[in-house]
Amino acid sequence: MGNSALNEAVKSVALTGNEAVANAMRQVHPDVVAAYPITPQTEIVQIFSTFVADGLVQTEFVPVESEHSAMSATVGASAAGARAMTATSANGLALMWEVLYIAAGLRLPIVMPVVNRALSAPINIHCDHSDTMGARDSGWIQLYSENAQEAYDNVIQAVRIAEHPEVNLPVMVMMDGFIISHGMENVYPLADEEVRKFVGERKPHYTLLDADNPITVGPLDLQDFYFEHRRQQAEAMFNADKVVKEVADEFAKLSGRQYDFFEAYQLDDAEMAIVVIGSTAGTAKYVVNELRAKGVKAGLLKIRMFRPFPAARLREALTNVPAVAVMDRADSLAACGGPLFGDLRAALYSAGKRPLMNNYIYGLGGRDVTLDHIRTVYQDLEEMLRTGEVKREINYLGVRE
Amino acid sequence: MAVKEKPMAQEVQKPGWKSIPIGGLILRGGSAEEFQTGDWRTEKPVWDGEKCTNCYLCWVYCPDMSIVLEDGKVAGVDYDHCKGCGICAAVCPPKVRAIEMVLDRE
Ligand code: SF4
Ligand code: SF4
Repeated sequence: MGNSALNEAVKSVALTGNEAVANAMRQVHPDVVAAYPITPQTEIVQIFSTFVADGLVQTEFVPVESEHSAMSATVGASAAGARAMTATSANGLALMWEVLYIAAGLRLPIVMPVVNRALSAPINIHCDHSDTMGARDSGWIQLYSENAQEAYDNVIQAVRIAEHPEVNLPVMVMMDGFIISHGMENVYPLADEEVRKFVGERKPHYTLLDADNPITVGPLDLQDFYFEHRRQQAEAMFNADKVVKEVADEFAKLSGRQYDFFEAYQLDDAEMAIVVIGSTAGTAKYVVNELRAKGVKAGLLKIRMFRPFPAARLREALTNVPAVAVMDRADSLAACGGPLFGDLRAALYSAGKRPLMNNYIYGLGGRDVTLDHIRTVYQDLEEMLRTGEVKREINYLGVRE
Repeated sequence: MAVKEKPMAQEVQKPGWKSIPIGGLILRGGSAEEFQTGDWRTEKPVWDGEKCTNCYLCWVYCPDMSIVLEDGKVAGVDYDHCKGCGICAAVCPPKVRAIEMVLDRE
């Protein structure tokens, strides 16, 4: 798309997810972006580097030699007081692993779009969530997106969430590889000035470049203080709940688009529901509409914020749904279901009423998820309701036997 | 075996998570000097001021800034921080050999 197409507040623009996110980054205008290309994220960095070359942003762009360096340079820049960003996918995220924990532990408000892709081996460049699900306990806030619009909106909100003084944590913003990153959709962008005003300037408490107030970043922290610092990180995650809501409400005033921790779709009176993350929610909503037209009380819950996990809110939303299918686009390979299934079941353990629950591992390595797949899940839920029994707890949806 | 419990009193006096800077930051520079790492060593460098030609090689190469300078001249080793790696002895010119590594047993 033309570089200046988004400079005016336009009604809608046809953008791929990658284009939408690169433009969100342009509008956020970070001080530093250090990145390394990896499919399907490559375009984000490529488009952003074009913005840099064309002088549309004054960002210091650091083309590093690996993702470990990308995250390290981003950590350094952020500790120096810069608003710093990077982006990655799959094995690139895996190579960042060590530094992900350092970014969170140093409490640096880095924002990183991640385009979800399967991990090797066997090598595969298509979507599943095993990359970011593996990073779920790295201390990063995680926001997932259903489509390009949500990815765009989440990146802008992420900056405010990350830099909030009660949070100070890095945020990952996810979208499904190829399905969203390369699929073209209508996106309603904000005007540049609106975004700049919304994100404002970063106001770090301490920075490495403040020569009058020198600080030490990353010193040895042994038995007598490390635990206290981890406790602070836990507290920031508890605080994030409030901040994510505040930022969403403020963003709604600006954009007219209201975000929440999750989206409840036809859930109020639902007798059965699917819980899902990412683009598959769109497919599943279609099936919900179909079933509702037939008088079947089907519903859906789409997770936006996976870390921190909004356990109490999910418990409240699902306790009255008699049958729930949890769909995981990642297998924990722990022989007890996917990561979302485990967390959701834990959240519902203390509920007065607990739904019958089962788990579907689906769409690994970009395997298509069709309407028929989703229809079979609701059929299974109907049977679960009728018999009062969970026939099979862990199911693999759409795999050949 | 019965284990005698240590009283918690000393720990309680240290500040808690609500009052310390986040992220493990120390709000000043140069604090590494207070953390003495010299007791990790097995060998220690012994410097001979008579032989030393003051070429600074040891001072340049020491990874722990443990070669002490006084008035711009090498004056010895900071044993509170020297980890005994032996780099100073290795870089001291062969014709000089003003630093010798000896077993550090005290
Ligand atoms: S032994 Fe190593 S640490 Fe000690 S003074 Fe020599 S170079 Fe420095
Ligand atoms: S390297 Fe040897 S000669 Fe040179 S300053 Fe050090 S001790 Fe002296």
